[in-house]
Amino acid sequence: MKRVVITGAGTVNALGLDVASTLAGFAEGKNGISELNFRDVDRLAIKIGGQIHDWDAEGRFNRQQMALYDRFTQFTLVAAQQAIGQSGLEFVGELALRSGVVLGTSGGGLTTQDDNYRMVYEEGKNRVHPFVVPKLMNNAATSHVSMEYNLKGPCFTVSTACASSNHAMGQAFNMVRHGVATAMVTGGSESMLCFGGVKAWEGLRVMSKDACRPFSMNRNGMVQGEGAAVFVFEDYEHAKARGAEILAEVIGFAMTSDASDIVMPSKQGAARAISGAMQDARINASDVGYINAHGTGTAANDKTECAAVADALGAHADDIMISSTKSMHGHLIGGTGAVELLACIMALRDGIIAPTINYEEADPECALDVVPNEARDANVDVVLSNAFAFGGLNAVLALRKAP
Amino acid sequence: MSQDVKEKIIEIIAEQAVLDPADVSLEQSLEELGIDSLGLVESIFAIEEAFDISVPFNANEPDQSDFDISSVSAIVKAVEGLIADQKA
Repeated sequence: MKRVVITGAGTVNALGLDVASTLAGFAEGKNGISELNFRDVDRLAIKIGGQIHDWDAEGRFNRQQMALYDRFTQFTLVAAQQAIGQSGLEFVGELALRSGVVLGTSGGGLTTQDDNYRMVYEEGKNRVHPFVVPKLMNNAATSHVSMEYNLKGPCFTVSTACASSNHAMGQAFNMVRHGVATAMVTGGSESMLCFGGVKAWEGLRVMSKDACRPFSMNRNGMVQGEGAAVFVFEDYEHAKARGAEILAEVIGFAMTSDASDIVMPSKQGAARAISGAMQDARINASDVGYINAHGTGTAANDKTECAAVADALGAHADDIMISSTKSMHGHLIGGTGAVELLACIMALRDGIIAPTINYEEADPECALDVVPNEARDANVDVVLSNAFAFGGLNAVLALRKAP
Repeated sequence: MSQDVKEKIIEIIAEQAVLDPADVSLEQSLEELGIDSLGLVESIFAIEEAFDISVPFNANEPDQSDFDISSVSAIVKAVEGLIADQKA
């Protein structure tokens, strides 16, 4: 089995339009949640989110590209450009044939669907743009990255709601680890902040109207975000041979299914995924220093997640730090695990643990060190990143400091 | 308690609980009727649609909601209040 390292990272999200500004936001405990601004927002009960307000799509893409790139594809391409640029890889010859793309998204081209349904249903138009289908399809972002960078190996999109990008990165990890690919471009993207996207979530009555306060006693729901994060996962020997800068090593991955309820999380399913990732990485609970939590800020997730961490790590759960950066950038649904992996890299590389902001009141059911409100300096060698999706699908990654 | 409102709410709850409306009594809680959190959210949606009102309910803090769901009669009272407020 090969060792797998991360040699490039890129992101756009509510905290910043690149990795540096996002990490600075994490370190400052910056709040990226703001008033939503899009068509028909006045008809929504939920009016806040981690929206990217300064996107300027027209300034980034030409007319032909705009006709084909939904917002989730735009986010992906900009994040991929940063990640692949940082890696220094050029996909030509054998490397192009042996490298691929696996990305997560839940809604895919949801804004394209929203705009076009509105046109035909509300405005009564009988014609739509010819590229609606290639623009909205969930694999559009993956395919455009593949085309843009000449990635000709395994390419596909994973859609498992809030665990999509962790599942995607787990696949990328295993492909490189097992020698199926030399490098994989991976991560996830989401742009659900449109009228239909938020309206659908409103129906479930799990959204907060004021703030995302993970683990806090007075938490009252999730807040959505948007954006993307993309990474280059590469065979360690390949990266070393070319003298690439290594951001972190990916050492383990596990996925489980609760097989119980379509929305309520299960402690056992989550705990099995956490334990599984540690086993896969051949580490003990005592090696883990930090966990990037799923931490949605809903009543159900946060207490179940804390119980699962306590189960999986035993007494060591009291010694680790666990934080939810969703409090800052919102819940990016299918892209969330990817943005959150940046907090894991920051912990390993810079020794800074991102905080859980908006933490106001201790909850006895979330009695772990949730790094409240302020970032902390700490030297950690191994970290985990949790993602637990609606549908009961759990995916946990384990990372270690760069070798 | 208005008869129409009461009957309609019992009908909605009975449908969720897969019971005959005659088997739903005002004192019962939704839990006793076997309605889980998803069933509750669906019931509230059906109530909003039936009476054209908006029900303030967040699944994360059901106890802190102004909308009392402790029993069928509490729900009827709360809906009557909302109808009076929102149709005024």
